[in-house]
Amino acid sequence: MAEFRITDTVDITDVVCPVTFVKAKVALEELEEGEILSIHMNDGEPVQNVPRSIKEEGHRVLKLIHNDDGTYDLIVQKTEA
Amino acid sequence: MRMPVLRAASFERNSMAFTNEQLERYSRHIILKEIGPKGQKKLMKAKVLIIGAGGLGAPAALYLAAAGVGTIGIADADSVDLSNLQRQVIHSTADIGRPKVESARDSMLAINPEITVHTYHEYITSENISAIIRDYDFILDGTDNFPAKFLINDACVLEEKPFSHAGIIRFEGQLMTYVPGEGPCYRCVFKEPPPKDAVPTCREAGVVGAVAGVIGCLQAMEAVKYITGAGDLLTGRLLTYNALRSQFRTVPLPRDSHCAVCSYERTIHVPFDYELPTCDLK
Repeated sequence: MAEFRITDTVDITDVVCPVTFVKAKVALEELEEGEILSIHMNDGEPVQNVPRSIKEEGHRVLKLIHNDDGTYDLIVQKTEA
Repeated sequence: MRMPVLRAASFERNSMAFTNEQLERYSRHIILKEIGPKGQKKLMKAKVLIIGAGGLGAPAALYLAAAGVGTIGIADADSVDLSNLQRQVIHSTADIGRPKVESARDSMLAINPEITVHTYHEYITSENISAIIRDYDFILDGTDNFPAKFLINDACVLEEKPFSHAGIIRFEGQLMTYVPGEGPCYRCVFKEPPPKDAVPTCREAGVVGAVAGVIGCLQAMEAVKYITGAGDLLTGRLLTYNALRSQFRTVPLPRDSHCAVCSYERTIHVPFDYELPTCDLK
């Protein structure tokens, strides 16, 4: 993760679809263009859907990190549509 | 190389703005690009006044409450009557005899306890209208008579308040949106109320409940669009709906440069009351 200058993080492991994406979207909204958000999410539905939805919004997915505990961190750069 | 810094405080700002419950309640709005988190916050801060808790006001109030409009005012002097229930879906059989504003408030809060509802159990007249509308961002005309429609138009123009006009009868409905400084007002299009008895009220002529539902929902949509800035409003256009033909039409509406209330030649400087047709007096 050290290669990215992460501005903010958001934990979406406490919510389920579609609030997973909604919570990530709200966190991205608070960032400036070009800033980077790390989204902490569970395996399964979140990791299948959230990265795709984030891409559809026009943001840049930089990396998906698979953690030892089975969770994921999605590194996203905010890009204005 | 700079190590990542976890700025938890920054996200707390987000979580203070939306609770997880709010994110879930409004998720279908927040997902929409045209609304998003900012639009939902605007809705939550907005104040909408609905004049008339009848066929138009009922669906509009339900949808605006569900949408999370933070403050909703509802004005109506009447009580719930059995004949209302065919279309005024905010009231129930158990509400018969109760003031409509109380029944409407209870239904709105049952859907969304987060919002604030102000009730005005009184007729809206030239005496009280300006003071009441002053506190609101958008006004929704859900009344059933021409004197009220002209009063609401004049007061909104004079107080520089945007509003949605609508009317329904039988199988038909129409609506338009007035925004100060843009497009025509209701009086630009319809100069004066029609002569008494020239146009029947929906009480005399009848109306299909779902027509009230369609038009009232379109009014709620205009309010949501005005508040969030999404899309194009019905300013300078009249939308008509013919349920029998299943047809919607939009008719362009020009401004009247001689309009008695919204032009530079204005002759109306304060709201006034037209006499109500006798059949509208209970």
